Amino acid sequence: LNQQPKVVVAMSGGVDSSVAAAMLVEKGYDVSGMMLKLWSGSCEQEENACCTPEAIEQARNVAIKLEIPFYVIDAKEGFKHFVVDQFIDTHIKGFTPNPCYVCNQKIKWGLLLEKALQMGAQFLATGHYAQIRVDTSNKWHLFKGNDLKKDQSYFLSGLNQNQLSRTLLPLGGLIKTEVRKLASGYNLDVAEIADSQDLCFIGVEGYQAFLTRLYPGFEKRGIVRNTSGQIVGEHMGLAFYTIGQRKSVGSGLEKPHYVIKKEIENNELIIDTKEYLGFSSISIADLNWISGVEPNFPSEFSVKIRYKGIPVQSVIEKIEEKESYRIQFSKPVRDATPGQIAVLYKDDEVIGSGLIVSTEGLKL
Amino acid sequence: VDRIYLDYAASTPVDRQVVETMLPFFEKDFGNPSSIHFYGQQSEGAIERSRKRVQELFNADKYDVIFTSGGTESDNLALRGTAFSERKRRGANRILISGVEHHAVLSTAIQLRDDFEFELDILQVHKNGKLDLREFEKKLDSSVAVVSMIYANNEIGTINPINSIAALCSEKEIPFHTDAVQAVAHEIIDMSSQKIDLLSFGAHKFYGPKGVGVLLKNKSLKISPQITGGQQEYGYRAGTHNVPLIVGMVKALDLISEQIEKESKKLKTLRNKIINTVLTKIPGSFLTGDTFDRLPNHASFVFEGISGNDLLVALDMAGFAVSSGSACKVGNPVPSEVLINIGIPADLAIGSLRVSLGKTTTSNEINKFLDILPAVISNLRQSSKGKS
Repeated sequence: LNQQPKVVVAMSGGVDSSVAAAMLVEKGYDVSGMMLKLWSGSCEQEENACCTPEAIEQARNVAIKLEIPFYVIDAKEGFKHFVVDQFIDTHIKGFTPNPCYVCNQKIKWGLLLEKALQMGAQFLATGHYAQIRVDTSNKWHLFKGNDLKKDQSYFLSGLNQNQLSRTLLPLGGLIKTEVRKLASGYNLDVAEIADSQDLCFIGVEGYQAFLTRLYPGFEKRGIVRNTSGQIVGEHMGLAFYTIGQRKSVGSGLEKPHYVIKKEIENNELIIDTKEYLGFSSISIADLNWISGVEPNFPSEFSVKIRYKGIPVQSVIEKIEEKESYRIQFSKPVRDATPGQIAVLYKDDEVIGSGLIVSTEGLKL
Repeated sequence: VDRIYLDYAASTPVDRQVVETMLPFFEKDFGNPSSIHFYGQQSEGAIERSRKRVQELFNADKYDVIFTSGGTESDNLALRGTAFSERKRRGANRILISGVEHHAVLSTAIQLRDDFEFELDILQVHKNGKLDLREFEKKLDSSVAVVSMIYANNEIGTINPINSIAALCSEKEIPFHTDAVQAVAHEIIDMSSQKIDLLSFGAHKFYGPKGVGVLLKNKSLKISPQITGGQQEYGYRAGTHNVPLIVGMVKALDLISEQIEKESKKLKTLRNKIINTVLTKIPGSFLTGDTFDRLPNHASFVFEGISGNDLLVALDMAGFAVSSGSACKVGNPVPSEVLINIGIPADLAIGSLRVSLGKTTTSNEINKFLDILPAVISNLRQSSKGKS
């Protein structure tokens, strides 16, 4: 019926995706909003932070203001399969999963992108702070957002050429304060949805209760030792701890203690003081190279091992026999955690990312 | 996107003349029809003229015209009101409905069963959605308090043999209700030639306002009111009349009844074009409901290998407002009970589409729709295959 490119905006009801939608409308795209219903038996009940009635209502109000249609798309089955089941499986392995990375890869840029395309859209847009550029040889590149404090390229590092070529990130060149200004300029009455510490599918019951409900085997008490092997306490179940954690660890001990290691085989938690918390190298697997092509090794990158982590200059080499890659940090890194994602940067460009499978401690 | 509306079975735009007829009753003639004074008299006059006009249009002088808030309330009053009064009068404790009723009837009947100890029989229908009359006759005895059958189905468009059903009920002196919400917009229903005891409809399906409807009730049948209070509507439905909406509804009825035959003919031609094109051009497509005895504006299908919800979104993104028959904005694609009850397998029932036309629908709009539909469906099919 018309020639404007069609784009589906993943809308959460929050400021970022609302402004992204408004910008695209202003640029003349034929915009539709979509929200994924990912979890919980019913959106009528506020069982968790995902697609609450408030969020749906807020996104719908924005859509009405922008005069665009808005749809809630059911993705519960895929989300359960790809994200939640994998979240539990990863915990069973003793790792600390990163469900947002998986969700972007498999759900937002999997299921939703596929739906958007099959429904006649040419692009999927989100309110992420990251930038996509195409070069003269038609290769797509992913860069950090202009607002380095908000940069979310970490979470998008699992995307491939095909996905990037279909993606619009209107906020990539902006900083948050500009986005807020735009929101008021567009007259979008969007309350900031509080950044939750918890994952979207975990509700008021909390992380530990959620894990136990889905897999009661996580509640398996065991011994806590320090790095010298002395027994210093009891833990509730290894799944409830993550590397670097200080909270509920080593109470009664003189100095603050941190989780250094989880020994799955004998169900023991190793804790110690800050000096032990540091890793000289890690191994990663399941790599995604944004360009689709592996670089030559050894190669130098700046590596981020957590979303909020500070990038560290590193050398990466391939370990052929293990189908994995070893990252040697130029200075020790805290909190490197198996199950999390290591993202490799060259300056502001994301080159690739992989799953942390093991860590080599400084003093262990 | 240029938008084209093809969902007249869901709702219709209010006719300009209807709006103008209503306006004086918001400001100037605002009085309460129950008041003694001049203001009240003006309103009361309008209500009673409206009532008289409904009786004329439906040839229904042996019927009470009870104004309600719409089709759903009329269904509720008919079913619940009759069930309670018939149980009290003669101990009848069973309710008969068909397997293709609107939720307004189905949910009411289920509540009467679950909370008020009625027995409920949900009767089989044929594959075309028409009631199985032989099974119906077997179940029809003096233990039945009320029978309710949909006149023309909202999801599949099938028009039931209401005359025969009503006659069977009348023979055994069992009150018969029909939900005629979809039918009234397309058919002049002559109450004097049928043995219908109760008939429900709402105004917004025929270019009248939302929130107003009618229950026609055989004067000799006493039913128990479901909204109690003042003596409005012969005591069957308390509450101050919504004068502007009632006046508007009757104006809308007047307007459609002038045009109904010509309009139906036009719609039928467009509808047949849709049905023929879809069935020939789109593989794995099936018509739901009866081929001949169906609403003139109504085409409904199921398609292999797609989800109806996805189809609606894809069509809406292309600028076409249609429906899958059962409205579910959020959540799981659950197959419609109506489609299941006419024997469509669940995986096919999920891929349902309803296209319903109205007085502003043009042949150009239908051509545009038919131009894109095959591609939209094959697109949806392709990707869902790739996934599994």
